[in-house]
Amino acid sequence: MSSTQTEDARETRVVQKRRRRAVRIAEQASGGITSLIVKITLIAVIDALSLYALFVSLAQQQWIVFAVILVIAAAINIIYFKRGWLPAKYLAPGLIFLLIFQIFVIGYTGYIAFTNYGTGHNSTKQDAVIALVQSAQDRVPDSPTYDLTVLDQLGTYSFLVTAPDGTVSIGNDTTPLHAVDGAEMSGGKAVGLSGYTALDFEGILQHQDEISDLAVQISDDPNDGALRTPDGSSAYLYVSTLVYDEAAGTMTDTTTNTVYTDTGVGAFTAEDGEQLMPGWSIPIGVDNFTKAFTDQSIRGPLISVTIWTFAFALLSVLTTFALGLFLAIVFNDMRMKGRKFYRVLMILPYAFPGFLGALVWAGLLNRDFGFVNLVLFQGAEIPWLTNEWLAKFSVIWVNLWLGFPYMFLVCTGALQSIPHELTEAATVDGAKPFAVFRLIKLPLLLVSIAPLLISAFAFNFNNFNLIYMLTEGGPRDAAAGINVGATDILISMVYKVAFVGASRDYGLASAFSIIIFVLVAIIAVISFKQTKTLEDLN
Amino acid sequence: MTVKTKPILAIGAMTAAAALVLTGCSAGGGDEGDKKDGSTTLTVWVDADRAPVLKDVASAFEEESGISVKLVQKDFGKIQEEFVQQVPTGKGPDITIGAHDWLGNFVTNGVVQPIELGDIASDFQDVAVTAMSYEGKTYGLPYSTENIALLRNTELAPEAPSTYDEMVQMGKDAGSEFPFLVQVGEESDPYHLYPFQTSFGAPVFGTKDDGSYDSEQLLLGGDGGIDFANWLAEQGEAGLLKTTVDGDIAKEKFVSGDSPFLITGPWNVAPAQDAGIDVAVDAIPSAGGEAAQPFVGVQGFFVSAKSKNALAANEFLTNYIGTKDVQVELYNVGKRPPALTAAFEEVSSDPITASFGKVGAEGVPMPNIPEMGAVWQFWGVTEADIINGEGDPAELWASMTSDIQSAIEG
Repeated sequence: MSSTQTEDARETRVVQKRRRRAVRIAEQASGGITSLIVKITLIAVIDALSLYALFVSLAQQQWIVFAVILVIAAAINIIYFKRGWLPAKYLAPGLIFLLIFQIFVIGYTGYIAFTNYGTGHNSTKQDAVIALVQSAQDRVPDSPTYDLTVLDQLGTYSFLVTAPDGTVSIGNDTTPLHAVDGAEMSGGKAVGLSGYTALDFEGILQHQDEISDLAVQISDDPNDGALRTPDGSSAYLYVSTLVYDEAAGTMTDTTTNTVYTDTGVGAFTAEDGEQLMPGWSIPIGVDNFTKAFTDQSIRGPLISVTIWTFAFALLSVLTTFALGLFLAIVFNDMRMKGRKFYRVLMILPYAFPGFLGALVWAGLLNRDFGFVNLVLFQGAEIPWLTNEWLAKFSVIWVNLWLGFPYMFLVCTGALQSIPHELTEAATVDGAKPFAVFRLIKLPLLLVSIAPLLISAFAFNFNNFNLIYMLTEGGPRDAAAGINVGATDILISMVYKVAFVGASRDYGLASAFSIIIFVLVAIIAVISFKQTKTLEDLN
Repeated sequence: MTVKTKPILAIGAMTAAAALVLTGCSAGGGDEGDKKDGSTTLTVWVDADRAPVLKDVASAFEEESGISVKLVQKDFGKIQEEFVQQVPTGKGPDITIGAHDWLGNFVTNGVVQPIELGDIASDFQDVAVTAMSYEGKTYGLPYSTENIALLRNTELAPEAPSTYDEMVQMGKDAGSEFPFLVQVGEESDPYHLYPFQTSFGAPVFGTKDDGSYDSEQLLLGGDGGIDFANWLAEQGEAGLLKTTVDGDIAKEKFVSGDSPFLITGPWNVAPAQDAGIDVAVDAIPSAGGEAAQPFVGVQGFFVSAKSKNALAANEFLTNYIGTKDVQVELYNVGKRPPALTAAFEEVSSDPITASFGKVGAEGVPMPNIPEMGAVWQFWGVTEADIINGEGDPAELWASMTSDIQSAIEG
C-alpha cells in the first residue's frame, strides 16, 4: 500500500514538473514582442469589426444576431488575452467557423421548416399591410392630371395643385383640398404661395418618404378619393379600396365591405375563407412534417421517390465500385503492357465535369437524333430517357461512367498498399487466385475503402446535378397530380417543391431537407459502426 | 522540440477575424436609403446585356436630376427569385428589370408597388401595358415586347404560307428533311405550340373587360381544346411534331438548311443569318381556321414595394426609361421590338423587327396571374403524351383540364 502511495506521489511530482515545463515553453514561444503586436492588431481588427456589426444589427433590430456577435467577440477577447487556456486558443477559430458554416445553416433550415415561408408568405405582417395598402390605390377613371407644387410650412407638406381648368387649390393630410387665391403663377401652373416654401426637386427627394405617403382628400367626404403624387410634379386622384384598421387589426374592402381579419394563418382572411395576398410568414409548428407524411398527393410520390433514391444510391455505389475494383485489379497485374496509358484513359471521365458529362449523355441518348440510337442501334427508336425503367437504367449507366474512375483510383491505391508477402504466402499455401482475392485482398481493401463507399453513398443520395442535367427527374407521369418524375430523387423533388412551378414552398422544402438529413445521418452512423468490425482485422 | 505557436496563433487569430467579418456580413446593413447630404441613390438591378445602355442613361439622369443611380448586374434568370427574397429584408433594389409574367408572383408576395404612367400610358403598345398590369393596376414600365413568329428560309420557300396545310405542303415540295420545324421537347413546349392552339379557339384563360386574364374562366378545355388535342395526335402520328426535337435541334436543323420553316423568336434570327440563310419573318399560319396568336412576353422595370425612393424611381422610369431615345438604345442591344410606339416606329426600318412586332401586335400577353403556374405544370407533359400517341387525345386533354382546375382551386 505505502509503496504505491509513494509511487503515486512521485508520479504526480513528475507530472507537475512536466506541466510546468510545458507552460514555460509555451510562454517562451508566445512571449515575443512581434507576436504580441500581431496578436493585439488582429484582436483590434476583430473588435472593430464586431463593434460595427453590433451597431448595424442594433439599427436593424436583429437581436439574435446582436447577441451572437456579442458572445463570440467577448469569447475571442477572453480566450486570447487570458494567460494559459492554450487548447482554447487553438480551438476557437475552428469552433467559430463550425458555428457559422454548419450549425447556423442547419439551424436556420430547421427554423424555416417550422414556418410557412413561401409564395404569399414571404415577409412580415407589417410588410404585407404596406404592400396591400399600396396596391389598393385605384385611380379614379377619367380623372384629370393635376399640376403639382409641393409646399412646406414648418415641416408640414401641402399640395398646391392646378386643375386642367386653371383653378388653384391647396390641401394637406388634415385639410381637404380647397380653392386658394393669390398663388404665384408660372406658365399656367401655380408654383408658390406666400407663407409657404415651395420645394424644388432636390427638396422633394430629401423628403420623398413623407411626400409619397401624403394623401390629400379632394373633398370632406373621404369616399371621393384623395390626391397622391408618384413623382412630385403631378398629382392624380385615387380611391383606396382597402382600409387598414390598426386598432382592430383588420382590413376592410371598401367596395364590398368585406372585413378581413388576422385569423392566425398568416394572411388576412374573410369569413368565407377568402384570403388577401400577400400574407406573411408565421411559425406553424410541425405542419410541414405532417403534410409530408399525411397529404395524399405528397405521401405517395414521397414513398416511391424515397425507395428510388435508396436504390439509385446503392446501385451507383455498387456498380462503380465493382467496375473500378475490377479495372484496378486488371491494371495492377505486372504482365499487362501499357498500364500507364490505360490508367490515364481511365481517369478521363473523372476529369470531365459531371455537369457537362450528364448534358452530353442526355444528347447522346436522344431517341431520334442521339448517337446511341442512330449509330449503335442502327436508327432504332429506343426511348432511353422517356421510358420509366429505361430512364432509371440510363441514370445509373451514366453515373457508372462518371463514377467508376474515382473507385478505380482509390482501389488502385489501396491494392498497392497491400503487402506482396501476404498473397505470396497464400499462394504457397495453395490458395486459388480467387480465394486469395476474396479472403485476403478484399477484406484488407475494405478497411480503407469502406468509409469512402459510405461517403460515395451519401454523395449519390443527393446527386442533384446528374439527375437534373440528364432527365430533370423525368419522365413525368401526366396522370400524377404532382410534378414528380420517375427518376426524381429526394433532393430534386425538394428542389421542385421549393423552386419550380407556380408556388414556392420553402417551409415544406426545408422540412424535406431535414428528413433527408436524418435519413443520411442514420445510414452513415450505422455503416460506420459496421466498418469498425472490419478494422478488427488489423 | 520547441513548440512553434507563433504562426499558428497568428493564423488562428486571422481565421477568427475572417469569421467575424463573415458574421458582420451576415448581420448585413441596408445599402439603400442612406441619405448623405441630401443625395439620393437609386439601386437598379439589370442584366448584363442591358447594363451598358443603362449606364449612359443613368449618368445623363444623374446630371439632370442629381439622383445617382447604382447599377447592379444580375443574371436575368435569377432576378425573380432574388427579388422576392431580398425585398422583405430591406436590402433589395429600388428598381429591377424583369419579365411581365413574374408579376403575379411579385404581387402575391407583396414586393412591388404600382407605378403611375399617367398620360404617357397611351404612348405604349396596348399589349405591353396590359401585360404589365395586374388586377387593374399598372406595376411596370414596359420597354420591349417579345414573341415568336414564322421564320422562313426564302431560298427554300419563296412565298409565305397562309395556312398550316399549305405550309406543310410547301415544306414537302421543298424536299428538305423536315417540312417545318418547331421545338417540342420531351415535355413538349406549350409556348411554341400556343399559336396552333389559339387557332382552334382554345385560349388558356378568358379575359375580363379590361383585358386582364380571369382565372375563373379556364377555357382551354372547351371544344376547341379537344379539336387541338386531336390535331396534335394527328401531327404526332404523321411525324410532323416530334418530342425529340428540342430547341437546340430545331435551331440546328433550320440553320443547316434542313427545313424551310422554323417557328421561333428573334433570338434565332442572328444564328440563321450568320449561317448565310436569307430569313424572312411571317405570321404563323393557322391550323384550326381562327387567328394563330402567339404569346407576347413583355420586359420592363418594376419598383420595389419597400423602396424609400419611390418618387425618384418613378421619375427615372417614366421620364427616362420611357423615352424614345432610351427605348431605341435598348432595342439596339437586344433587338427586341420596343414597347414605346414612337420608338418602335423608328426601328421599323428593319424588316425583321417590324415583322416580329406586327405578329406580336396580333398576339396575346402571356398570362401573368399566378394560376398560370398550375397550367404550365400539366400542359406540356399532356401535349407530349398526346404527340407520342400514348392514349386517347380527348381523354388526356380532359384529364389535364380537370387537374389544372383542381390545382388552381388548391
